[in-house]
Amino acid sequence: MDNLGYLFAAYTVIWVGLFTYILVLAQKQRQLRRDIDWLKEMLKKADQLP
Amino acid sequence: MKIRVLLGLTAALMVIALYMVFIFVPSDAETGVIQRIFYFHVPLAWIAFLAFFVVFGCSIMYLWKRGRKWDILASSSAEVGLVFTTLFLLTGSIWARPVWGVWWTWDSRLTSSLILWIIYLAYFIIRSYISEEGRRARFAAIVGIMGFIDIPIIAMAITLWRTQHPGPVIFEGGLVTEMIWTLIVAIIAFTALYILLFSYRVLVKQDEHELNALKALRR
Repeated sequence: MDNLGYLFAAYTVIWVGLFTYILVLAQKQRQLRRDIDWLKEMLKKADQLP
Repeated sequence: MKIRVLLGLTAALMVIALYMVFIFVPSDAETGVIQRIFYFHVPLAWIAFLAFFVVFGCSIMYLWKRGRKWDILASSSAEVGLVFTTLFLLTGSIWARPVWGVWWTWDSRLTSSLILWIIYLAYFIIRSYISEEGRRARFAAIVGIMGFIDIPIIAMAITLWRTQHPGPVIFEGGLVTEMIWTLIVAIIAFTALYILLFSYRVLVKQDEHELNALKALRR
């Protein structure tokens, strides 16, 4: 039985699915770190005000 | 640092698993090359069940102790479990098309697996609809515990009812030695992947909480 196309499709689905999930997580974390750093900076500046 | 070590370990294990799936293991005499889907489909399913078992345990701990960390652990594991469930449903469907001639059939194993996916999708819908943190965690924990009931049903579906899904070949000597080893290595690789994704998701959740705490300070 020659079902190479289906085999290729299955493994493509797995890798595309996993890499998409990892990329979404990484992007989310980068954005969160940026926001956290920005807020920390703002709070530090607010503390320094007379 | 820990994440990088885990990433390296998972990548190495995945390369070994792929080598075994595509080069080391012989094709199945009956279904041919398509049977090679099995070596990633089965670990995806088993590790999804493991992820939901973690949800189950952490949800019980949350209801008992009411600590935020239990909710973070449960929801992180549920998310990874949902990704794995989506992938095992899709790969199962791709396997079914050439072997059964259909993409999907309302067989007991397939239907109970789809119900599992819907339950944990509902888990996240509930989380997104409730804004109050304690209430959200409580409701999610209840769904996380109740949802786990479906897993023994999925496991027993092939013995309790007449089903098209292949029987328990793994435990009944239906695999040759190379097939068993390939499956074991793939399960180890997917366990490492689960630990990696779960740890990473927990880190992101902790960042979300830190950001919310800083926002509250700013107000």
